[in-house]
Amino acid sequence: MNKATDAKLTQPVSTRIRHGKLVSPVITLAHGGGGKAMRDLIDDVFISAFDNPSLNTLEDQARFQLSDLAKLGDRLAMTTDSYVIDPVFFPGGDIGKLSICGTVNDLAVGGATPLYLTCAMIIEEGMQVETLRKILASMAETAREAGVQIVTGDTKVVERGSCDKIFINTAGIGIINERYQLGAHLAQPGDAILVNGFLGDHGAAILNARGDMNLKSPVISDCAPLQGLIKTLLDAAPGTRFIRDATRGGIASVLNEIAQSSKVAIEIFEEKTPIRKEVVGFCEILGLDPLYLANEGKIVVVVPDDEKQIALEAMRSHALGKEATEIGHVLEGGRSGRVHMQTGFGGKRIVDMLIGEQLPRIC
Amino acid sequence: MKYVDEFRDPEKAKVLINEINEIAERLSVGRTRPIRIMEVCGGHTHSIFRYGIENILPKSIELIHGPGCPVCVLPMGRVDDCVKIAERPEVIFTTFGDAMRVPGSKKSLLVAKAEGADVRMVYSPMDALSLARKNPDREVVFFGLGFETTMPSTALTVLQAKKEGITNFSLFCNHITIIPTVKAVLDSPDMQLEGFLGPGHVSMVIGNAPYAFIAEHYKKPLVVAGFEPLDILQSLWMVLKQLEAGEAKVENQYNRIVPEGGNDVALEAISKVFRLREFFEWRGLGSIDHSGVQLTDEYLDYDAETKFSIKSISVADPMSCQCGEVLKGVIKPWECKVFGKACTPEVPLGALMVSSEGACAAYYQYGGIEIDNEEEIVEEAVS
Repeated sequence: MNKATDAKLTQPVSTRIRHGKLVSPVITLAHGGGGKAMRDLIDDVFISAFDNPSLNTLEDQARFQLSDLAKLGDRLAMTTDSYVIDPVFFPGGDIGKLSICGTVNDLAVGGATPLYLTCAMIIEEGMQVETLRKILASMAETAREAGVQIVTGDTKVVERGSCDKIFINTAGIGIINERYQLGAHLAQPGDAILVNGFLGDHGAAILNARGDMNLKSPVISDCAPLQGLIKTLLDAAPGTRFIRDATRGGIASVLNEIAQSSKVAIEIFEEKTPIRKEVVGFCEILGLDPLYLANEGKIVVVVPDDEKQIALEAMRSHALGKEATEIGHVLEGGRSGRVHMQTGFGGKRIVDMLIGEQLPRIC
Repeated sequence: MKYVDEFRDPEKAKVLINEINEIAERLSVGRTRPIRIMEVCGGHTHSIFRYGIENILPKSIELIHGPGCPVCVLPMGRVDDCVKIAERPEVIFTTFGDAMRVPGSKKSLLVAKAEGADVRMVYSPMDALSLARKNPDREVVFFGLGFETTMPSTALTVLQAKKEGITNFSLFCNHITIIPTVKAVLDSPDMQLEGFLGPGHVSMVIGNAPYAFIAEHYKKPLVVAGFEPLDILQSLWMVLKQLEAGEAKVENQYNRIVPEGGNDVALEAISKVFRLREFFEWRGLGSIDHSGVQLTDEYLDYDAETKFSIKSISVADPMSCQCGEVLKGVIKPWECKVFGKACTPEVPLGALMVSSEGACAAYYQYGGIEIDNEEEIVEEAVS
């Protein structure tokens, strides 16, 4: 259970004042028009899915007691992300689950306890209400799992062709405890580089789900909220220097950011980098590099060498970190800003930033 | 991964490397410059960089990255033609992903797409044909690109289109053939090569016989090579063995895939649908006689150039580009004046910087180790 939500945060008095019913099975432009159809959509679909006191008041803004927030730490963390994934439903998740996980993880990797999320949706006319309900139910379930509340939102409906089915933006706030000081600039020579499991699952799953390739692959997205894993890690290894979720651009991009921000050289080992054989095979066929494939439930962690073991044990004790492993280290010396990989074959190659994009609309 | 890991075994590689080192040392006695071996195929270039093969080879062997990346040798004028076709409102222009970012004189297909052209990435020409079936009111054009490796699938697609009577499908044909290209490389006056790694996938289609003139006439060894790191090392070893024995033969290292006589079905499809063009322009290499193919008269209805009255205009490469010299191995990618400066994978001037099989992009992406080492040596000397 997430400690932050155990702490007594003052909730507004729950006053659900409206109980509109949506009649139409299909979303039309009227549902974004500001009139009765929109009210019914919000009442029947959104409020009933996200049901919480703050949202139920239907004010134009969510309100928080500052004194409550201050009890949890000394810094407020805030982030936002938009989700445009194609397809909307994929093996291992859907755009709703993704829109919660992504924002929760962006807060958690900074050492923050995620608390409140916003939800803004742009919906293409013609979407089935049932589909929307499914997405919202998935958001609500993931939010519960992550210990966060969706406290305010916005809905727009646009003409067919103006967006593809549904785009979701979520913003989130959380509180960072005094004990944690994490930053991409803090890596030091000798530090270990860890990941919490198999890399590239999300990218491979999405690409496969699009069906362009007609390949049968059992790979499912690793999409998951990581606040619990990160809390377990930070409780055990408070000296952790940096955590980042390796989303678009894969771990290659995260490692390059660390090397550049900290002005260090990083070495990783192909043989120690955990990639499922299905994903390796997938990449072989399509000419992709798994180091650049997106993840939605994987973090890159930089820890001082003397906390490496305890950090690994902590991660492995959590369901989302069972395959946690060390993939490399920060070099003493070497060329600042450079990441290289010792290949299994005995050669050495540069791991650069991703140029352009490997695949569009993966999150 | 079965059938792949076996060809990436570091222990077996060590054995080969030791032997390569020994032969190279013997061959180097009395030589003033390294032994130059060209891998013709871009697929080999990609593997060489991906596995860091150059930095486990002795300094006395220099790999020259040849012109076998079809995207890289596509001249600007042809990209302009693509854009022209793609920008027609009735057209769905389909292409392999690699070609999207190749710069034309004004824009790439990627930019044309952003500006509203209906450009779609496909993984096979058959995907383009199904788009044509699904969109009978649109003209679907497939950007045919590549050597004999991709030619059969394009040919079969055209045959299928004709069989089904599909009329809203056409081919913008930029297929090229390997043999005239290798000949052009060999006839180039600034070329100094000792041997070749032959292209594995092209040979799977055409077989080994077409290379015979390289051994007989030019007296250069050629070994048809696979694409895994051990394939490449073994093929290099075979070339070196020939050089040491003073031989020049065509050998086939990739015999698990490449039949001596090629693939009859594929060759038949190619000869039904395509005929040689009198000449075709290559980026950096200029016009090479009989190096490109076009549709035969029987399939002219499927020719996008005819359908949309495209008159190809040759467009000169930017003055600062040295793609041609890199393609022929006269200079190394980083010796080009604009490498990594005006020409990067983000904003490529030349196509060698676009494709993952292009020597420049490969150096930019995976390379730099050699350059690094030089810098480290300098740094050490200073400190």
